Amino acid sequence: MMTATAAASPKGQRRDGPTRPGRGGTRRRRSAGPLFIAPFMALFLLLFLAPLGYAAYLSLFQEKLIGGSTFVGLDNYVTALKDPLFLKGIGRVALFFLIQVPVMLLLALFFALALDSGLLRLARVIRLGIFVPYAVPSVIATLMWGYLYGPDFGPFAQISRHLHLPAPHFLSDSWMLGSLANIVTWEFVGYNMIILYAALRTIPAELYEAAAMDGAGAWRIAWSIKLPALRPALTLTLLFSVIGSFQLFNEPKLLMSVAPDVISSSYTANLYAYSVAFISQQTNYAATVSFILGLVIVIVSYAFLLTANRRRTS
Amino acid sequence: MSRYSTASSSASLNRRGFLAATGALTLASTLSACGGGDSGGSSATSAKPVSQADIDKAMKTPTELTFWTWVPNIAQEVALFEKKYPAIKVKVVNAGQGTPQYTKLRTALKAGSGAPDMVQIEYQAIPTFTITNSLLDLRPYGASALKSRFVDWTWGQVSGSKGEVWAIPQDTGPMGMLYRKDIFDKHGIQVPTTWDEFAAAARRLHKSDPDVYLTNLAANQAAAWHGLLWQAGAKPYVTSGKSDIAISVDDAISRKLGAYWGGLAKEGVIGVDPDFTDSWYAGLNKGKYATWLTAAWGPAFLSGSAKSTAGKWRAAPLPQWDAAKPSSGNWGGSTTAVIRSTKNPIAAARFAQFLNSDPASAKMFATEQFFFPATKAVLADAEFVGDAPSFYGGQKVNQVFADVSSTVNPSFQWPPFLDQVATDWTETVGKSLAGKSDTVRALGAWQTRLTTYAKSQGFTVKTS
Repeated sequence: MMTATAAASPKGQRRDGPTRPGRGGTRRRRSAGPLFIAPFMALFLLLFLAPLGYAAYLSLFQEKLIGGSTFVGLDNYVTALKDPLFLKGIGRVALFFLIQVPVMLLLALFFALALDSGLLRLARVIRLGIFVPYAVPSVIATLMWGYLYGPDFGPFAQISRHLHLPAPHFLSDSWMLGSLANIVTWEFVGYNMIILYAALRTIPAELYEAAAMDGAGAWRIAWSIKLPALRPALTLTLLFSVIGSFQLFNEPKLLMSVAPDVISSSYTANLYAYSVAFISQQTNYAATVSFILGLVIVIVSYAFLLTANRRRTS
Repeated sequence: MSRYSTASSSASLNRRGFLAATGALTLASTLSACGGGDSGGSSATSAKPVSQADIDKAMKTPTELTFWTWVPNIAQEVALFEKKYPAIKVKVVNAGQGTPQYTKLRTALKAGSGAPDMVQIEYQAIPTFTITNSLLDLRPYGASALKSRFVDWTWGQVSGSKGEVWAIPQDTGPMGMLYRKDIFDKHGIQVPTTWDEFAAAARRLHKSDPDVYLTNLAANQAAAWHGLLWQAGAKPYVTSGKSDIAISVDDAISRKLGAYWGGLAKEGVIGVDPDFTDSWYAGLNKGKYATWLTAAWGPAFLSGSAKSTAGKWRAAPLPQWDAAKPSSGNWGGSTTAVIRSTKNPIAAARFAQFLNSDPASAKMFATEQFFFPATKAVLADAEFVGDAPSFYGGQKVNQVFADVSSTVNPSFQWPPFLDQVATDWTETVGKSLAGKSDTVRALGAWQTRLTTYAKSQGFTVKTS
């Protein structure tokens, strides 16, 4: 605790330092600043806030094939909060998040620490090897895994048949969430590893030297120096994972064609929003569902940030 | 070209793509909101015939038309039109096949701009666009005169309840059965002519070789199910007026089908693998399925995707419920429709008519794109029906399907919300087939879902 606060305050001071420049500097920056952020703000307004606002507006209406559009106030929200398909979709991605994300981040952490330890041979090759799946577009990755999982001609099924074992049912109801988790983990371990690895590289070597002089071993250094230093990077990866999990779409959408009886049009909340918009033609309700899903993501993300910050400052 | 499958389409959307798509949709609706939405008002235009002088004038006025289609190399057919009417240029755009194209079209229609003049549209999708008043009635432009050139049942598919002509037929998919002669011979199985014989053969074949199934009824293929319903004489959706619909997907005929196919699936003597997947293609190539119940576009499709089995396949009509009254259903096939918002209705309508009824153009579809024809002329063309591909051991496959085409029931109707129907089928009936549970009960669940949906969309629902 003491070290954490001690480490936090000098950082704060350092941040304050350069923002107190001479008078001339401030004026120049003030005039240039808005100009620099103008392109971002324009795109942000046009492509993010405007559609968001419009989606909120849309969600207050109801359009029927017969009878056209009517204002219904918050009716759509009331319906969505009681909609079993939507709630089940959210529950499913929450479960997915709780199981898949820790596994993925622990693996990423393990690889980052192993690479950083300098004990591995061919570290560059291994680093690239773990990162490469991230370079494969998730659509292609899912198609590939869909083939590997195949109950008839997939290699896993063929091998087990060769050994006279029952073929694994990767695409069955009870295995599907695990199979999806496997694909997502395979895709994103390398990505998260790179973030954590980059954070590890920024730790000054003097800290290790000092620790070694105090007689700390590799495990002790990892536990007492590396992990605390990784906390901001871990928070970042966790945040990305919250958003990614709750938006789960690509993988189930693609596996739907090989397992249509398991993955329904409402399997995940995001898939449900898509189905409502493009299959049921209920744009307004889709806007509502998307809006609530966005709110859920904001709340979960904020809760994580809050606990992470509180832990750092306490 | 002709099959429809809502499940396998639009697979290439990623998270970002999805957000972009919904973004575009919302933006599009904003624009339509600003436009004041005159789509409802203009629908009142009555169908007054256009004079020949007006037509002649329009066909000589320099015009550019946009045509959305996914037919490969259709430029050849379009060139015939441009040669006859040099003033008119047709821009061909491939906006995706089937559902992805319809999604884009709906977005453009809502936006009030960006929609094409003419569009490729499958029979079953026509009501989903007429319900939104998006198609142009082609009667004033001389479409009615073409009726006799087309196979009778196709005209019923493109006609509205008040006699409107919403589109011109392009190709069709009357259903038949492709079977592996070598597998049949090996196990001493006669080509089944009735569904009873078919069920007996399914049991026998699977018993003598557990790796082989007589057929595969894909648990994700609502289109095949509808084709079989059609054959059995079902009338699952009957619309009268604009807002009245009778939904009966759980009636006596449907239950007969449910008990039959659900029973065979439960016994495990037929496959229920999703179709048009890698695994399914492998199954066709490796002899996992001894028949494919498919449409007239199936033979050309199969010879391209199961090359290793060349020479082993033959074609026959579907087995029958009543052998004395042979009948068949249709699966797939498409048409050319004109979007109501076109600025050049005469040229666009004449294009749709020329493309599909001009003898040279219609013949070209059959010989270049291997489409199964919708015109009586090509169906009777000696060159077309006499074709004897070696993939089918020299059998005149087109003749088999041409004969089937005349037995398709002309009164089958599609619902105005087909995507919902297909998805709900997969999640109820399809799921019961795949999971070997009670298919007849699943029909009830399908009926309930559709009724609820239709009511929520403002329809007055009648159930029989």
